[in-house]
Amino acid sequence: MSRHRVKMKVNGLDYEEEIESRLLLVHFLRDNLGYTGSHVGCDTSHCGACTVLVNGVSVKSCTFLALQADGGEVVTIEGLAQGEKLHPIQEAFWNNHALQCGYCTPGMVMSALFLLSNNPRPTEVTVRRAIAGNLCRCTGYQFIVDAILEAGSKIEAK
Amino acid sequence: MFPSKFDYFRAETLSEAVDLLARYGDQGRILAGGQSIIPLMKLRLAAPAVLIDINRIREMEVIQEGNGHGLRIGALARHHHLEVRRWPASLASLGDAARVIGDPQIRNVGTVGGSLAEVDPAGDWGPVMLSLSAKVKAISSRGERIIPVDELFKEAYTSSLKEDELLREIEIPIPADRTGTAYLKMERKVGDFAIASAAVQVSLSPDGRCQDIRIGLGGVALVPLRPRRAEEHLQGSSLDHQVIVEAQELVQQDCEPFADIRGTVEFKRHLAGVLFRRALGIALQRAEGKEVETVHV
Repeated sequence: MSRHRVKMKVNGLDYEEEIESRLLLVHFLRDNLGYTGSHVGCDTSHCGACTVLVNGVSVKSCTFLALQADGGEVVTIEGLAQGEKLHPIQEAFWNNHALQCGYCTPGMVMSALFLLSNNPRPTEVTVRRAIAGNLCRCTGYQFIVDAILEAGSKIEAK
Repeated sequence: MFPSKFDYFRAETLSEAVDLLARYGDQGRILAGGQSIIPLMKLRLAAPAVLIDINRIREMEVIQEGNGHGLRIGALARHHHLEVRRWPASLASLGDAARVIGDPQIRNVGTVGGSLAEVDPAGDWGPVMLSLSAKVKAISSRGERIIPVDELFKEAYTSSLKEDELLREIEIPIPADRTGTAYLKMERKVGDFAIASAAVQVSLSPDGRCQDIRIGLGGVALVPLRPRRAEEHLQGSSLDHQVIVEAQELVQQDCEPFADIRGTVEFKRHLAGVLFRRALGIALQRAEGKEVETVHV
């Protein structure tokens, strides 16, 4: 059986579609559901620009079948802001100039979200380890690290 | 890129998985975390006609200690679970290895069993499981089979599992008192496989001599390797500087590295000896009750 029905909640909304079993989660999100914020940046599962949360856990959606998320809950970058109000991590990225071309940014933010939801006050070393699966060609990472540290302290302060 | 077409089956229980393997094992592969097989399928280096998804078999994720059985790690335990678990000195190499596999996303999804069954020459679990005298349990419609981990590694990327067998769990015997372990890996960049790596388990007798030692090496042969001459040399010794230097030389001699993009034969051979010696040093400190980190970043 090379076609299957898949059901999942994405950013709080329920979706159900018939798909090929080989359809990767990133392509399901981008092409079937229109959530183009998760990016495809490599062929080799290195870059992490496709990172989303599946059942609360960060996953490279290019290395994950849509069917593996069947029955589950997915959060993409589109699920963070509430209308016009940015998530604290997004605000911190803005304030700290933590993006230039923006291609790696959704993946970086989702990895940051996974880190901060488990470890609200990480050290700088911990932040660097937490984004080890996300490559950036523009920034040199320092401002991304600063942004995540700032976001951590802001979120915890709430 | 994306995989070629395949038929997908999902097993909700162990017996369903065993049935599916009995029927489709010859044309198919198991989908555990998929962090090895999906990248291969995306590059079309692998194109199985069938994938059997076992991720819903929750009992295979369980890590169980005690009951006189030693440690049992379910094949679906994610690398992350072993990364965050607190380990005693005698099993600390499990945490050392878990911390250096891939990256956080890969560790969230990839599994110990899937990784072991992949038999990557530079994989991390192989050397560690060799050093811990691990055995794996394979199940099929024909019954159960216990396989010592060195017999699991048949060839590069080839395990000795039969087409219809599922790697169910890894069993690690209870180590003796005064045992310390460590795993060290050198990689070119974060997330990479090892250029070379070394796992050591050392047990001390009451007078501080080496009662038992096991060494596992990664990245220096087609499969994870045990340098037995080095082990024999250290066995029963006082573990003084000279003996360790001689053992390091034996480790280097017994490597069979192949040159590739990660390093030359000479470099890998040299590295294996250095990492063995450092891992032994850390394992000895841990055997004496000290807490030592292997990963500083």
